[in-house]
Amino acid sequence: MAMGIALRMGIDMSANSSTTNQNGKIIAPQGFDLFVYKTKKYLGQLDPYLTLMGIGLWLFAYWVLCEGLQIWRFDKLPGPVAISKDWFAVDPFQGISIFTQEYYDHIIVSCRRILIAFGIATAFGVPLGLFMGWSRTIRDYIFPIIEVLRPIPILAWVPLSILLLPGFEGPVLFLATLASFFVTTLNAMLGVDSIDEEYFRAAGCLGSSRWDVFKNVVVPGALPFIFTGLQISIGVAWFSLVAAEMVSGDLGLGYLIVDAYMNNVTVPMVIAMITLGFIGYFSSAMVRMLGNKLMAWHVKELSQQGR
Amino acid sequence: MTKEKHRNSGLGALSIKNVTKVYDPEGVNVLAVDDCSMEIAGGEVCMIVGPSGCGKTTLLNAIAGFHSVTEGSIHLDGDLLCGPSKPLADQGADRMVVFQHGALFPWKTLQENVAYGPMVQKVLAPREAMDKASTMLAEAGLGSFLTKYPGEVSSGMARRAEIVRALINDPKVLLLDEPYRAMDALTKQIMHESLLETYDRTGVTIFFITHDLEEAIFLGDKVHIVTTRPCQLKKTVEVKIPRPRSYETQSSEAFRKLLEEVSDAVHEEAVKAFQAGEREMA
Amino acid sequence: MTATKKSFFAKFTGQVTLKRGVSAILIFLVIWHVGALFDDWFGVDIIGIGLVPPPADVFAAFLEVIPKIGYWQSWVSSFSRVLTGFLVAMLIGIPFGLLLAVNRYFRGLFFPPFEILRPIPPLAWVPASLIFWPTNEMSIAFVTFLGAFFTIVINVLGGARSIDISYLRAAQSMGASQFDLFWKIVLPGTLPSIFTGAAVGMGITWEVVLAAEMISGGGTQGGGGLGFFIWNSYMGGSLEQIVVGMISIGIAGYLSSSAIRKLGYFMMPWRRLF
Repeated sequence: MAMGIALRMGIDMSANSSTTNQNGKIIAPQGFDLFVYKTKKYLGQLDPYLTLMGIGLWLFAYWVLCEGLQIWRFDKLPGPVAISKDWFAVDPFQGISIFTQEYYDHIIVSCRRILIAFGIATAFGVPLGLFMGWSRTIRDYIFPIIEVLRPIPILAWVPLSILLLPGFEGPVLFLATLASFFVTTLNAMLGVDSIDEEYFRAAGCLGSSRWDVFKNVVVPGALPFIFTGLQISIGVAWFSLVAAEMVSGDLGLGYLIVDAYMNNVTVPMVIAMITLGFIGYFSSAMVRMLGNKLMAWHVKELSQQGR
Repeated sequence: MTKEKHRNSGLGALSIKNVTKVYDPEGVNVLAVDDCSMEIAGGEVCMIVGPSGCGKTTLLNAIAGFHSVTEGSIHLDGDLLCGPSKPLADQGADRMVVFQHGALFPWKTLQENVAYGPMVQKVLAPREAMDKASTMLAEAGLGSFLTKYPGEVSSGMARRAEIVRALINDPKVLLLDEPYRAMDALTKQIMHESLLETYDRTGVTIFFITHDLEEAIFLGDKVHIVTTRPCQLKKTVEVKIPRPRSYETQSSEAFRKLLEEVSDAVHEEAVKAFQAGEREMA
Repeated sequence: MTATKKSFFAKFTGQVTLKRGVSAILIFLVIWHVGALFDDWFGVDIIGIGLVPPPADVFAAFLEVIPKIGYWQSWVSSFSRVLTGFLVAMLIGIPFGLLLAVNRYFRGLFFPPFEILRPIPPLAWVPASLIFWPTNEMSIAFVTFLGAFFTIVINVLGGARSIDISYLRAAQSMGASQFDLFWKIVLPGTLPSIFTGAAVGMGITWEVVLAAEMISGGGTQGGGGLGFFIWNSYMGGSLEQIVVGMISIGIAGYLSSSAIRKLGYFMMPWRRLF
């Protein structure tokens, strides 16, 4: 087992694409050459083939269970063939495919809701968390309230928010924002806590004002935590959004799932699930990319440590 | 000319009088520094040597204004930094700290780090500060690393840049807290030479905490040996090796004699500290 | 570049903090009270909290339900659902995560589908599992399991892979067998991450149980639970009881996560210093 653990260090393949310049010095590959080198190296490893095999095997098992042999209870679920037939059909049997406007309506509605909820939560949560980390007074007053409200699961707010807020949109947005807000705020605060005290001292002895410290130490120092938080936060935003759409909604992917269930059509249900998975993955990847862009120093530091 | 300058300037004289510091974490009183006094002349390189966790850093923190003192007073050039009426010294650009673990802001490039002090103190416009930073970094041999982040350069370079970041503010005193602790002997040697060169150029008063006895003698004018906790001055050894000093200095007879003297004094304390099981504290 | 970090709790405990905390909660209650009764006093509704019952009414409703056996039955059924899903997720998730970490073939085969399914929010599985499983109770258990499973596996995997390789080498040099390596190094080295995963997973489990109880138990055969308690109060239009249900779930969730923390403290003596 230890060998397995050691193996993850990666095997250096001999795909040598480093070139030599006129002086005979070896220079590291760059640009397109680097891309070719990396691709070659990746393909030279075992992992991509294992991955492909894994996915293939699972798809096959799924097909055998649901469509090939139609095992008891599995036969109720749509198999891969049925799903892909409908998903890519111009005239889908069960109503939803990449050619129907309805599909995109649901996607756009859900994405818009996430954007609004995530945006509000970030716009308020990050500054609040930073101030809570920065000022003891602010933390003393705000933190207890957050700690009292936080253990209540977001979904417990569903009925109350349906009753209190107008329309379909209000409750859905409220729930997603609330979930996202707690995560973002706490992570921003913990981010400030995580900053080594020596940076504060260094800033102090270099003659910073309190505001300088906030701008130059608190904000950049907390950024790694903030972005970890934002990645979690967009995840919980999706989680709560789907729940809220399933309970009260008129549109959106969560609603599509419940609607399909109610109408006894299973294929759109699975399509909506997979779509949610994809969009959820891409939204958190986008947050991560934005974070890496804003934190060039952090990325470079990690890469120097070989991570 | 440089050497003349600092001997004549005489600024940055620190006088530490009967300083006592009691920590009170969770109601358990810990006496970290007990009635400790020293006099450091302006432009002197003063090395503080003592066992781990003995309260040397506490002393430094009191001078820098990070911690208050419980009793006693500290003066800089006759002005009160902290004393009975004002337990916590103001943090100011006249005393610059170079930290044990390095505290260059990892989110700023070396140049931005160095330019930071003059910028926030508003003594230079941002543009001028950046220019001055690049000149000073170039003087320290870091000219080609201006736009690198601290995480991208070696610890030796980062430490050198940190000293530049301190010096750009024209401090009277440079406070160094075991800055070369985690470095290998070869890098350390280079760092020492570079610090000596910097000192010969600027003549700033240096208050330097270390465990490394050879380092203490090689760099210092005076070596203050302090006891294990609570920290008290045990013995002062004057290093009368002429400057500029070089690598060869370390193999001289005078050097070896001093080393023996310091070593004897500090060993006893180290044994006491070890037996007390002090956990090393930063 | 790590130095002494201020301990979170050391920094923020003390008399002042306590006083401020208490006054913050009091202020919160006052705002709640004023907001709730604003309508009665001034005839103008504040959107959002205008309809919320004032704290005193909620307290009264609380006193009313406490002696009722049905309320406590809701606690029991919610707790048993949470525990079932959570324990199954731990039992399957921990070995699965460890296997992913130590065996690259296993990882190659099982990790990709796992990663494909992971971003799908657990609740999106509810209808599919209602279709698949013969009984409602089983589908609730399945979705609950899923919610905790993904989190636990990811944490175990991350934890096991971040074990310092020199621990393994040290153990090997002292003659440890593969079996020893696993039980004496990999497992204890992963414990902190297991507990982190468990704490997060517990939170998700509560969310999922609640949702499942509201979605499916909103009918009649769900067999109660706190989620159903809330949903029922919603259907009956009793705002006081909704808030009572919310607070109850908050307390239940808090109790479960502190139980995990306690267990972690008990099982990892070497981490008590921090």
